[in-house]
Amino acid sequence: MSVPILEVIDLTAAYGRIEVLRGVNLAVPKGAVMALLGPNGAGKSTLTKVICGQKKATGGDIHLGGVNVRNASPEELARLGLCTVPEGRSVFPNLTVQENLTLMSYAGVPAEAVLETAFSYFPRLLERRGQLAGTMSGGEQQMLAMSRALASDPALLLLDELSMGLAPLIVDELYDTVAQIAASGVSILCIEQFARTALRVSDYAAVMSGGRVVATGEPDEIMETMQDVILGGAA
Amino acid sequence: MSSFISFTIFGLVSGAAYAIAASGLVLTYTTTRVFNIAHGAFGMVLAFVFWDFSERQGLPLWFSLVLVLLVVAPAAGWFVSRFVTKGLGEAPVSSSLVVTVGLFVGLIGLAQQIWPPEARFVPPFFPETSFQLGDTFVTAHQLITILSSIVVAVLLYVLLNRTRIGTAMRASVDNPELLKLFGGRPERVASLSWAIGISLAGLGGVLLVSVVGLDYYALTLLVINAYAAAMLGRLKSLPLTFVGAMGLGLLTSYASAYLPTEGLLNSVRNVVPALFLFAVIIILPQAQLRIGQVKGIVSAPLPSLGKAVGWGLGLLAFVGLLAGSSSQANLLLVGTAATYAIVMLSLVLLTGYGGHVSLAQLTFAGVGALAYAKLEQPNLYGLVLSALIAAAVGGLVALPVLRLTGLYLALSTLAFASIMDKMIFQADFAFGFNGTLPAGRLSILGNAITSTGGYVFAMSVFLVLVAWGLLLLRRGVLGRMLIAMRDSPAACGTLGLDMRWFRVGLFGMSAGIAGLAGALFAGLRGTIGSADFQSFNSLPLLLLAVVFGVTSVTGAVLGGTGLMLLPVLSSGDPQLGGLLFALIGFGAVFAGRDPNGLANLIFRGGHLIESRVAPQVMSRLPDLPGRGRRRADGDSPGDGSVEVPLSQLTHEPVPAGNEKEVGAHVAARG
Amino acid sequence: MSLLEVDDVVVQFGGVTAVNHASFVAEAGRITGLIGPNGAGKTTCFNVISGLQKPTRGKVRFDGKTVTNMPVHRRSKRGMGRTFQRLEAFGSLTVRENVRVALDIHRGLLGLVKPGAADIDALLERVGISAYAGERADSIPTGTARLLELARCLAGEPKLLLLDEPSSGLDESETDAFGDLLKELAASGCGILMVEHDMDLVMAVCDEIHVLDFGSVIASGLPAMIRNDPKVQKAYLGYSDEAPDESAALAGMHDSTHDTTVLPVVGAHS
Repeated sequence: MSVPILEVIDLTAAYGRIEVLRGVNLAVPKGAVMALLGPNGAGKSTLTKVICGQKKATGGDIHLGGVNVRNASPEELARLGLCTVPEGRSVFPNLTVQENLTLMSYAGVPAEAVLETAFSYFPRLLERRGQLAGTMSGGEQQMLAMSRALASDPALLLLDELSMGLAPLIVDELYDTVAQIAASGVSILCIEQFARTALRVSDYAAVMSGGRVVATGEPDEIMETMQDVILGGAA
Repeated sequence: MSSFISFTIFGLVSGAAYAIAASGLVLTYTTTRVFNIAHGAFGMVLAFVFWDFSERQGLPLWFSLVLVLLVVAPAAGWFVSRFVTKGLGEAPVSSSLVVTVGLFVGLIGLAQQIWPPEARFVPPFFPETSFQLGDTFVTAHQLITILSSIVVAVLLYVLLNRTRIGTAMRASVDNPELLKLFGGRPERVASLSWAIGISLAGLGGVLLVSVVGLDYYALTLLVINAYAAAMLGRLKSLPLTFVGAMGLGLLTSYASAYLPTEGLLNSVRNVVPALFLFAVIIILPQAQLRIGQVKGIVSAPLPSLGKAVGWGLGLLAFVGLLAGSSSQANLLLVGTAATYAIVMLSLVLLTGYGGHVSLAQLTFAGVGALAYAKLEQPNLYGLVLSALIAAAVGGLVALPVLRLTGLYLALSTLAFASIMDKMIFQADFAFGFNGTLPAGRLSILGNAITSTGGYVFAMSVFLVLVAWGLLLLRRGVLGRMLIAMRDSPAACGTLGLDMRWFRVGLFGMSAGIAGLAGALFAGLRGTIGSADFQSFNSLPLLLLAVVFGVTSVTGAVLGGTGLMLLPVLSSGDPQLGGLLFALIGFGAVFAGRDPNGLANLIFRGGHLIESRVAPQVMSRLPDLPGRGRRRADGDSPGDGSVEVPLSQLTHEPVPAGNEKEVGAHVAARG
Repeated sequence: MSLLEVDDVVVQFGGVTAVNHASFVAEAGRITGLIGPNGAGKTTCFNVISGLQKPTRGKVRFDGKTVTNMPVHRRSKRGMGRTFQRLEAFGSLTVRENVRVALDIHRGLLGLVKPGAADIDALLERVGISAYAGERADSIPTGTARLLELARCLAGEPKLLLLDEPSSGLDESETDAFGDLLKELAASGCGILMVEHDMDLVMAVCDEIHVLDFGSVIASGLPAMIRNDPKVQKAYLGYSDEAPDESAALAGMHDSTHDTTVLPVVGAHS
């Protein structure tokens, strides 16, 4: 393994006086898919926010492709090749599908190429190109969100709770897409509260609890050894 | 019939100019959530700049126009978005209102400073050319105005729907955080929309200046027309804004054509836009309570009762000394300061405690003064009745906007002030056109206070009483509820508080205090007229209140003194007036984010001031929001007041939607 | 007749349907759980019930009266109290003052019956946050602030409590104490409707559970029934593979009193 695409070193972050990340260490190897698991309140979402630049760290370092990017702004990181799909609504509901796709070209790939890739992967989006994104079903909205990951050829794809609020069938389809993206060589960090789906497509898994990464390893080992932590109630 | 057509054309032309200005207002509001009260002031300044280029410096007309619209205006817009309004969209409405009111006043001061009053004239475009349309003529200028509005509409449509940056503008309305994750730059988007917005204000100003004349106020107050038009589109729909502007243009034109030239209806023509604004606000649908916006606001510390009594008596003793020894002229000044201070106390209640902004506080004082003069009961009974009448009027203003919040309430006070100014105060049953009314000195329990010194002392007694009353109220049930309502309206609602009537009551009480001040002022002066309560002057009053500290009684007393000193300072040198306005305005632009103002600095005492100066200077540096995470070090325990500037609280990123790791507002304390 | 009846409520934002023909009830003196995956529409339901959100269609009946169009504060006066997922404590007041405001509001502005210090202390004591009485509400930990919101509600002597994720931010022992408090409140006749992610707590205290998914109620019943309902697992677990090998990805479903729990095979569609 060469230099990891993402390396998080002793990262801390807090909301006010409440410390949420208490020294996170994590490395995502180039070309690998890593699942980050853990119960509600373990600090997964906060870690995502810090990595993608939405929240400032209070200590520690983040390296993206060997470059220290701690405290870079989200838009800089996006232009550097970090593609973040945040939890919840990650499309612009009052823009049409096509307009959403046009905006994805900020990450560096021309708009025409983005449209072409998105429509070839998801023909359904082509049918609905003129429709407002907010009026589509949750699954279709996530397809649209995933188009950004597909079309922008990112250095690292950061997926936060992809399955949130979606029907299992659709979650399966989405994870098939994730697998496809992974097959094309993109490194992926995939944050999920519910372990099984994510583990299906990952090469490695890490478990967070209480603001730290408490275990890393192959998906099978993690599933066996970390059952309690993953499945435990809210911290 | 031909006159009808020509009035229609005239209406469409004004409507076109309003539409251009209003679309700029809508653009900046939707993309940055900052309502630019100074939109008209920018139009005014840019019209002056246009005059300066084309008439004074003699540059070619087209070149001046290009310079103004494509260089000066965009540069100003960029500057404002970068250094003044950045991050203000997330701040409480009261902060963003105060900051843009600061721009409003500052720009007027600036214009007076650069272009001192003199007769100036901007000719219409192609004054010699006109076209015949049936029986009427359309001038080239009129045609250009209408064509400009069409071009603006088309260009805006293309920008917003056909370009990536325009799409990004609409996207940043939805979710600026997500736009960043896409790699877009919301700040650049904001700068662009401000550049375009100010440019449109400039175009509106330049097109209207040959009709309205180059005047500091007339052009600036045209912003009310733009508000009114924009409000029909609920501040977001550009097509409806155009419809609103055209409708308003026609309405104004027909009103001036067909309303009788006698009586009250005559003056209606001057206030059509304000009435239109009221009407539109009333038909707006109910605003729903917003949740997830909780902010603890750090206020100036409350003095203990003993301290309050001590300082109050001290103030009285000081005024007593002055009353015995000062000249008549100086006594009048002290009395004026007391008047302003009482009006500012009404703002402490409304803005400092309640979190609402009124742009008509001096008008309420005028209502009190008018009532006092008309009642001809120069005694406590007349005084109290005057205050009650002002309170009732205040409640009436708040009533139509019962269902709405913040911004709309403030705008309706502005419309109210304008209506009173141009219609009611000038009417025969009130002060009369440019007229005055006599008002007697107050007598208390049969003892007339005839000497000016005694009267001024009596005024300061009222000042101290009101101040004590406010402090008691703040400590009591109502005060806690006011703070609770400011912090979380949603929680108050679910706890069973009917906030609508509470808000009307608050507004009424605040207007009543202002009315009391006005009535006392009437007695002080002996004659009183509408000129004493010009609506515009409510704005510097609000600004000074904020600069000196609108959360504390001390701030109000200092602010009242400051406002009284303004004309005194500028009387020696009229030039200075503009400069002072500019200073106050732009000062408030920076102070507006911390309503605790200068008074809070005084509370902190000598050595603490020093430790405060550095961060204060820092916070004026451009990237203010970026400093949101900096913690204040001076965490003083015990009194429940932490000296974190407001901006730090309000710019704290709130965890998104379903965040469960932490609560939304745990970060407020240093 | 139930204390609270939510009848065929639909809420649409733009084109997105957040609540889709949801109907459920909550009874007086009982604890009812409202669970479901993130984004299922639970908080939107709460907003509809408490009046912060107008439903696109459907009805809400509370205490024998239709309250669908009743303003927020009047529902509260009729005995409905709620807490918030994203905290709504009065940040610039102290914890004590927060409760005091609630008492003031409840007892009317004229305050003929002034809230005595004892009343406030009793409320703080009851939810167990007396230690924080003098602190500003924006400086206390999340879990404490949630308890403060509960204390504020209790000041209004509600017939129905709507609790939105009340236990998040509490540690284990605090959660246990909180569960006891809920049972006590229910025993005194108060109806409780609770959105909660901590399944241990939900399973331990709830008398009945409604499961929401995509804005619709997909299951209602006793905790034990819900636990074993395949539809629920499917919705809640967010997966649909085979792999029934071990019992619970559903957090905390194997609590000690039901050690025989074996989840049935989740319908494999693939």
